[in-house]
Formats: sequence, C-alpha cells, structure tokens
Amino acid sequence: MSDQDTPQPRRGKPILGEKKRLEERRKFLRSIVLAGGGVTAALLGIVPTVGAWEPRLRPPGALAENKFLASCIKCGQCVQVCPVEAIRLADLLDGYGLGTPFIDARAQACEFSCDGLQCVLACPTGALTHDIAYPHQVRIGFAEVARPQKCLAMLGQGFKGRIRDEAFSGKFRYSDIDRWNPLPVRDQTFDLEICDLCVRHCPIEIRIAQCAQGKPPSGDKNQCPPTRAIGLEAMHGGDGGKRMKPVVYEGCVGCGACEMVCPTEPAAIVVDMTKNADTVRKA
Amino acid sequence: MNSVLESVAQLFGRAPHKPEKHELSIPVQALYEEKKKTRINKEHLEKLHEEHRSNHKWRNRRWITLLVVNLLFVVSFQFDVQLVEGALTASRVLGFHMADLNSALQVMLAFKHVVLNLVIGTLTVFVLWFLVGGRSFCSWVCPYHLIAEWAEKVYLWLRRRNLALDVTFHRGVRTVFWVVFALLALATGYTVFEFISPTGIVSRALIYGPTLALLWVGALLLFEIFVSRRAWCRYICPIGITYGLVGVFSPLRVSYSPKDCAHEGDCRKACLVPHVLDVTIKGRATDVRVPIGADCTRCGLCVDICPTGSLKYEYVGLHRAHPGPNAPEAQPRTESA
Repeated sequence: MSDQDTPQPRRGKPILGEKKRLEERRKFLRSIVLAGGGVTAALLGIVPTVGAWEPRLRPPGALAENKFLASCIKCGQCVQVCPVEAIRLADLLDGYGLGTPFIDARAQACEFSCDGLQCVLACPTGALTHDIAYPHQVRIGFAEVARPQKCLAMLGQGFKGRIRDEAFSGKFRYSDIDRWNPLPVRDQTFDLEICDLCVRHCPIEIRIAQCAQGKPPSGDKNQCPPTRAIGLEAMHGGDGGKRMKPVVYEGCVGCGACEMVCPTEPAAIVVDMTKNADTVRKA
Repeated sequence: MNSVLESVAQLFGRAPHKPEKHELSIPVQALYEEKKKTRINKEHLEKLHEEHRSNHKWRNRRWITLLVVNLLFVVSFQFDVQLVEGALTASRVLGFHMADLNSALQVMLAFKHVVLNLVIGTLTVFVLWFLVGGRSFCSWVCPYHLIAEWAEKVYLWLRRRNLALDVTFHRGVRTVFWVVFALLALATGYTVFEFISPTGIVSRALIYGPTLALLWVGALLLFEIFVSRRAWCRYICPIGITYGLVGVFSPLRVSYSPKDCAHEGDCRKACLVPHVLDVTIKGRATDVRVPIGADCTRCGLCVDICPTGSLKYEYVGLHRAHPGPNAPEAQPRTESA
C-alpha cells in the first residue's frame, strides 16, 4: 500500500523509474498545496480579529485587545469559575478570536458577586492581568446613556414590576436577600417612583454604600471603591424637576450591570468598550 | 546517539532507510542468518494472526483512558466538582497548573512574555509527558485522535471498496507547518494555529457545548475519510511534533525484537505512523532489540496485533526482563550455543 513512505534512494544512486520520479514530484507538489491550504485556513482566523470587526467586552483584567489575543490560551478557566456565567467563548464566525472569552453584558453582566475576581485568578497566562485584585480596579469599558430618549428616569417615569421578560435568565447578587448566591433578576419586583435600576444595581455603588455602613465585602476595606460610578442627578428645566438623569462617574468599571437591568428595549444605558475610567479621566 | 538522531529526523519527515550491513550489530546479523535457515510454520502463524486481529487489549485501555480524561474535564465543569478545570489547552488538575505544550509555545511566541503560572503548567506537562512517552498525548488524550481513529475505520472500509482515494503527502510538510505556525505566532502576535486546531476545538466543544467550529473538524474528517488516511495527524498537526520531541528520550516506548518476528507487516498496516515500524521489515533492525522512534504515539495497536510478541511496551529502567539493546544479555544465547 502506498500509505508508507517510499524508501529514498541512497545518496549517489538516483536510480528511480520515470514513473516513480513523477509520483515523487506530484507528492511534493501536493504537499506544498496542503501546506498552503492549511496555513491559509489558519490565517483566515486572524483577519476579522486583526480588523476588530466585532469588538466585545472582555472579562475583568483583560489586557489591551492585541495583547489579550496574543496571550489567551483559550482554555475557558475564566468561564468555569464565574458564579453568574457571564463569560462565554467566541465561536468560529464571531470574529473576535475563536475560543477567546467575552461578555455579553445585556444577557449577563459581570456583577462581581465573586468579590475576588475569580476569572483573573483562574487565568493561566496573564491574559487577564493579575495586577488587579478588586472590582473597582477593573477596566472593562465605560457606561454611557446611549439612548437618552428611552431612559425612564430622564422621561420622569417610575418603574413597577419585573425587569425584562420571562425568558431573561440574567442573575444578580442581591446581598440583602442572599449574601452568597446570585438570584435571577426576573424574580425581583420593584415599585420605584423614579426609575433608578441602573444605580441600585451598580456593584461599585453597592460597595460604596456597604463601606459607608462599615460593612465592606468580606470585611476587607480594600474592597471599598474610591470613586463613585453612577448616580441620578436632577435635570434642569422641564416639568417640575421630576426628571432625573443617570450620570456616569469616573469610578465606572464597565461591568455592564446597568445595561443588563435597564428595563427599556433596547437598553438606554450601555457599556462603551472603546473607553474606560482611565481614558475618560485623561480626556 | 545515532539512532536518536535518526528518530528525530524521521519525526521531521525523513523516510526510513535500509541500514548498511556494517550498521547492524553482530548479534542481530547472527540472528538474521539464523532466521534464513528456519522455515516459518505458516499455518501456525496464520492461526496466531487470527487470534491477534481480535486482540484489543491496549486499544481498549487507551480508549477508556482517553474518554475518562476528557470526561473528567466535562464532569468537572458540569457538576462543579473542580477536579480538572479548563480545557486541554490549559487546565488545573486539583488546583495544579497544566498547559498543553504546543498551546503554551504558541502563546509564548505570540505574547513574548511568560507568567509564572504558565511556566509551572508547561514544566509539569513536559515532565509528565516525558515520563509517559511524548506523543502518547496524541493517542491517549487527544479527543480528535479518537474521532479520527473511528473515521479511519470508515476510510479503510471505503478504501477496500475503492470508494476512497489514497492520497499521500510528504511527511516533512508537518515540520513546515510547525515552523510556519511558530513564525506566524511570533510575527502576528496571535496564536494562529489555535484557529484550526481540532484538539482545542473538540476539547472546548465537549466542555462548553457544541460550536460552529466543529464544522471545520467535520471537514477535516471528511478529507480523512474520502481523500487521505489520517491526514491531519500524519501531515499537519504541529502538536504531534512538539510532543514527539518531548518523547525522544522518554523511557516509555514500544520496543521491537526481530527474533520471533514473521515480518508479515500487520503492525505497519495498523499504525498511524507506519514509518516508525519500517524497522520491522526484514534486515532493518540494527540490533536484537530496538526502540521505536519518537514519532510513535505509543498507541499500542502494533502491540495488540503482533502475532509473535515482537513488539512490546517497555519502560527503560523498570523492565529487568528486557535489557537494553546494548546489554550483553540481549544476545540470543540459546540459539548460538
């Protein structure tokens, strides 16, 4: 059978039949075609990645995108440790690195119920940098009110009932109800005079409130964020001062909890992945 | 040392050659002379063949190992038992870092920076696979290997009916892939190979759920079923070369003894990398016991099928009963006496 390599002629004795020589040459050319095909297939994978056609939020601690793509070993350990399963792995056609982790904040935001940045600790290659240890040090992106005309608070409206629809599976740790386990967001009912769901679900704001009460997460004062991330401010002018506006402060880490719980469709507040607290501060 | 170089050269793609007479040890020359005189009892041999074709001892052990290892990953995540976290590219076994050597290499070349965890993971895996045979990763752990092994059965069935082609390539092309992917990682700063690696794709699909990337794996399998037998493992996969290099000096290997060998070649027909078994062709073994080369995946198919027990696993330093090729006890004294 020809699935074995034909023994090569000994040096100095190139006596191969014409037919055999032709076959050897064909085999060589075939091998070059195979090499070309294989490498091309692999290179196809980096075209959309290099072009950053479809940028996505990366997990906490992710290095700058090009360094992140270089260092991620695509093992999914960050996926496995996340208590709310916020992290997923990119697929073939997603165009941001097959097997690399990303967060779809609208579906499930990173809401820091792990407190200790488990994904960062799990990362074996430093693609999620070990230089950070606390939620307020994270720089995933920066929230912005992208659709002010939709924002209930800016329209002066309250919110009553459940967030999002029946199919929504997002979870959030409501510390007052259950210190340890994140609960489905859709199980919570609200009755708010003015909608402040984004503010009350902000993990940074929650930590600041806990610290103000002298109860920082895990009793660790380092968990206390130095800067506020979001608050409602009264809008000037208009109808009797009832209208409020969510304002994002420099403490925002871009976790996307606000985007996840925003009750409008599509969300009025979203995470801008081109900015983060550091770039905003410099600007 | 010469045989080590030869084994590495074959791993990189050189075809095995027939040794000159002066390369054969004195005892093996005597053995071949002896074998010329004795006639093989064909009926007896045929009976042995029949028995051994249904012998799947090592194959079964290997399949079970491969399935258990991969299922450990799946179960650990699905039931959150944290025995083996991650995927085959990098994992934590009971909290201890492990990193696939080829994936780690790609990351190091692309990132140009290595964190301690990756050093630990890489060294652990290096030592582990040095101890158990290098390319044993391929046949005992890689999930694509198992799927490809099943696809190979389909290929052989089709081939017997002339429904599949038998396209072969120069094995050196795998070395070209290895070098090109290393250079691409270095130049682009991206782990280019991981995009097409069926090992990573299948491992992640098992653990995290099916993905579209499996279509690529399916395409590879179709190519292997209809066009070229075991093409990915034989001609493309750089992971095989990486682990092959780890196994060059590994104490765990298959070794061949020509004494009882009937040279009928059943082993070569079963083998993923048959060039490593060219040594079983009459006159090729340079000694009365020779190790099979670094490209061998230690899968044991040849050990199972060999009707005369001429191919056996050995662990250098453990097997007192099978002394090394240079030990004087290895001479076939009974015959010459």
